[in-house]
Amino acid sequence: MESIILQIAARHMRPLLIVLSLVVLYRGHNEPGGGFIGGLMFGAAYILYAMAFGVAKTQKSTFFNPINLTALGLLVALISGIPALMLGDIFMTGEWVTFFKDSAFELKLGTPLIFDVGVYFAVAGMLMLVMFSLMEE
Amino acid sequence: MTTGLFLLVLLLIAVIAPFTRKYLKNQAGWTYAIWPFAGFIYYLSLLPAINQGAVLTESFEWIPALGINFSFYVDGFSMLFSLLVLGIGTFILVYAGYYMRPYPMKGRFLGYLLLFMTAMQGIVVSGNLITMFVFWELTSISSYLLIGYYHEKPEARASALQALLITGFGGLALLGGFVLLAIPYGSYELSYILASPDIIKNSNLYLPAFILIAIGAFTKSAQFPFHFWLPGAMTAPSPVSAFLHSATMVKAGVFLLARLNPVLGGTEIWSYTLTIFGVTTMFVGAWISVTQTDLKKILAYTTVSALGTLVLLIGTGTEYAINAAIIFLLVHALYKGTLFMMAGNIEKKTGTRDIRELGGLFKYMPFAAIVMSMALVSMAGVPPMLGFLGKELIYEASVAAPRAYWFILSLGFMTNVILVFLSLRLAIDIFWGKEPAYAKKPAEPALPLVLGPFFLVLASFVLGLFPHAMANPLTSKAITAISPMHDAIVLKLWHGFNLVLALSALTLLSGYLIFRSRHTLLPSIDNVNIRYFRREFTRVFFNLLDGFLVFTKLTTKTLQHGYHRFYLMTLFVVASVLVWVMIWRADPIMLELNFSDMPLNLVAVVALIIAATFSAVVSNSRVVALISMGVIGFGITIIFIAYSGVDLAITMIMVETLLVILAMTVVYHLPKYQNFSSTGARMRDTLVATLVGAFFMVLVLQAGTSSLEMPISEYFKEASYSLAYGRNIVNVILVDFRALDTLGEITVISIAALGIYSMIKLSKK
Amino acid sequence: MLFLLAILVGVLYGAAVYLLLRRNIFKLILGLIFLGHATNLLLFVAGGLTSGRPAFLRGLQGEAAGMSDPLPQALILTAIVIGLGVTAFALTLVYRFYKVTKTVDFDQLSENE
Repeated sequence: MESIILQIAARHMRPLLIVLSLVVLYRGHNEPGGGFIGGLMFGAAYILYAMAFGVAKTQKSTFFNPINLTALGLLVALISGIPALMLGDIFMTGEWVTFFKDSAFELKLGTPLIFDVGVYFAVAGMLMLVMFSLMEE
Repeated sequence: MTTGLFLLVLLLIAVIAPFTRKYLKNQAGWTYAIWPFAGFIYYLSLLPAINQGAVLTESFEWIPALGINFSFYVDGFSMLFSLLVLGIGTFILVYAGYYMRPYPMKGRFLGYLLLFMTAMQGIVVSGNLITMFVFWELTSISSYLLIGYYHEKPEARASALQALLITGFGGLALLGGFVLLAIPYGSYELSYILASPDIIKNSNLYLPAFILIAIGAFTKSAQFPFHFWLPGAMTAPSPVSAFLHSATMVKAGVFLLARLNPVLGGTEIWSYTLTIFGVTTMFVGAWISVTQTDLKKILAYTTVSALGTLVLLIGTGTEYAINAAIIFLLVHALYKGTLFMMAGNIEKKTGTRDIRELGGLFKYMPFAAIVMSMALVSMAGVPPMLGFLGKELIYEASVAAPRAYWFILSLGFMTNVILVFLSLRLAIDIFWGKEPAYAKKPAEPALPLVLGPFFLVLASFVLGLFPHAMANPLTSKAITAISPMHDAIVLKLWHGFNLVLALSALTLLSGYLIFRSRHTLLPSIDNVNIRYFRREFTRVFFNLLDGFLVFTKLTTKTLQHGYHRFYLMTLFVVASVLVWVMIWRADPIMLELNFSDMPLNLVAVVALIIAATFSAVVSNSRVVALISMGVIGFGITIIFIAYSGVDLAITMIMVETLLVILAMTVVYHLPKYQNFSSTGARMRDTLVATLVGAFFMVLVLQAGTSSLEMPISEYFKEASYSLAYGRNIVNVILVDFRALDTLGEITVISIAALGIYSMIKLSKK
Repeated sequence: MLFLLAILVGVLYGAAVYLLLRRNIFKLILGLIFLGHATNLLLFVAGGLTSGRPAFLRGLQGEAAGMSDPLPQALILTAIVIGLGVTAFALTLVYRFYKVTKTVDFDQLSENE
């Protein structure tokens, strides 16, 4: 499966897809997108790369491994529930902080966003773990 | 407090016994016996209070909502039984500690014995039916462990299983009986039930409750036709036989019948059932014992006979009968415990317990011979042993029996004749008869081995000699406890010349005559038995058991055939038929076929998906099937887009793409399609598929045309921005409102991924 | 349109059941995938068909009337991703099954025990 076209495409598509996945993750709260879709895109970027260059080379070119990524995702998602506990609410209640209130740059940050990041990592890690395992065979 | 605490400590000792035995070495037996002996003293010290009419009760809450408590109820009858259990138990422990020295796992054996003692003591002091049931089952389990102690022998395992199954079956019946008994009372408390016996008698639950409780009692107390497990259980070590099969476990059924006599007794059905079963068991047990040659088997069958006698007496229920029951209970426990222990001693010293291979032992073990002979004298019912009083009372009761007294009297007479004969035979043939060649010179058994028998015989002797001073105080309150309307009879050795005395004399004479002619008589009895009683109950039992196992295997094989498609088929067909019935009974669907809301492009998409579905199902190529799957996935994506499912569509596109890639990588390794199913199977499956598919179609129509009053989504729509600051409601639901579900979901997919990873990676090693 | 989609759901379920009853273990997996599709679509259709109004709020307060129902969509989104995980797991299982038994006939599994 040494396709030059695929290899070149994959090499350039991977960073693009990763950036796109982050955009999708970020805007997911208000527009179509979110952790699931973003995570799938992130995973797809690496799978494309792996299809072009093989799993071994792909894993060499990344600084994390899929198991750790999955675990990180679960951990982040779990941690996002803790602030609610500390504030005396039920586990996983959304807690929000507002910056620059009533200005043009008003920014709301909350634990659901952190949770979505956790979903993003978990889905991406799981996808890579599955595909890499099977493609290696 | 004391009764409950005593049991708890006893149980603790039972649990630690297997671990502490090695530190106590050979002193273990009597060390563990200290606590039961303390209990014996305690219950003896209650005697004056009990005889004043006191009843001690204790209660610890267990499941108060169901009226189930650890309650204890100690009256005269419980006390008499406690004295037997703990008194004989003390000697048994001393005996077992010495007896079991050559065998492995002595600590465990002593532990089982203590566990059994706890259970038995628990039964006799229980004040709550459920508490009693729990202890009752515990005796079954611990006796299973004890009977199967020589577990490397197949026949020991078979006997243990047989005893467990029969008593376990009875236990189950008993539980049912207890529950039925408690229903009219609304309470399981014995004190409450005993206080108002008429409630159950006026209830239509009386009959089922009685039948179930009787099954429980009869199985435990080895009544004909359940009697065969008891002789089978003789494979157990002698201490077990001496304890369980003489004074305690087998008496549990008798105890229960006597305990409930004030409540259930006195009715026609009670008297007839108990009398018939009791008299049959009494005679059959005695009759079979005549031709036995194994010393322990002889004792076991006479025990069966004695248990029958007790049931008969309780069933008869007159003043004499109840008195006789209690006295005979005591008599039998004292002599049978002794005899079983001595049987163990004889086997230990000579290596056999076949009475044809024994003889002339008196000169080797004179002390043991005297002790055992005195027990036999008691069994034969000769004065001045307590056995004489027991037998006299039984005759008195038989003569005064309200029903069929001739029948009872004649069978009772024959049973007693057999007992006399057996006593003579055992005493004379074993201790004085011709001496066979012993492999090793027999010697007097060690002190711990004869201590128990000696004291039990001594008790029998003293009680028999001074019945009014000694036996009456022990038994009078037990008698009134199980039959409140009757009084205890003043016991006397000498009754004057009357019919009963004449019967006694005649019994002794007949027994002696049979003994004289035993060499000619026994072979002919044996012939009769072989001809008419060839059916062995044990074999029948195991044949039944095998048949049952074959039956269960057959049904299991039919139901659990191991073919996934038949399980699924059952599931699909049953579920869809049930829902079809519901659909048929529901209101008809009002469906308006409106072609204007059918955009042509969507119609084309639906048609494409259906075509792809058929292609995926019937295709002979895996690649075609997978491409069809892809078409279906993308077709569904278009439907999602058309009906406002934007996030769904994006996710679906990603997932479908990945899924096809994934499936391709796997298919690459799999062989080409093969056809496994026949045409008939395909037709059948098509039918099932059509049934299920059509049902889902109707379901969708039903769901699509009905509307809910207040969908929960309204809340999500309203709160999405105001509470969660998000405009993408689907995403807000996922990460905020239902975040815990999503957390669960990503955990699931992570675990699935780890599973895949380990399936691939670990198999490589 | 409801009627057409109802037929579609029925066909998908029918195909799923038929494939699940096959002895070939790979067809069984196809059946599982079909079952997932059919159920997703069932939920989607049962939630009501609304064209052109995705569940997004516009403006600060938003106007919820006439919008498509977001709850079934959230459920289906979860189901799709879980379906991916389950199908991948099942596929791997089939692959391992074949490697060990050298057959794709499910009946051999129960007979080889």
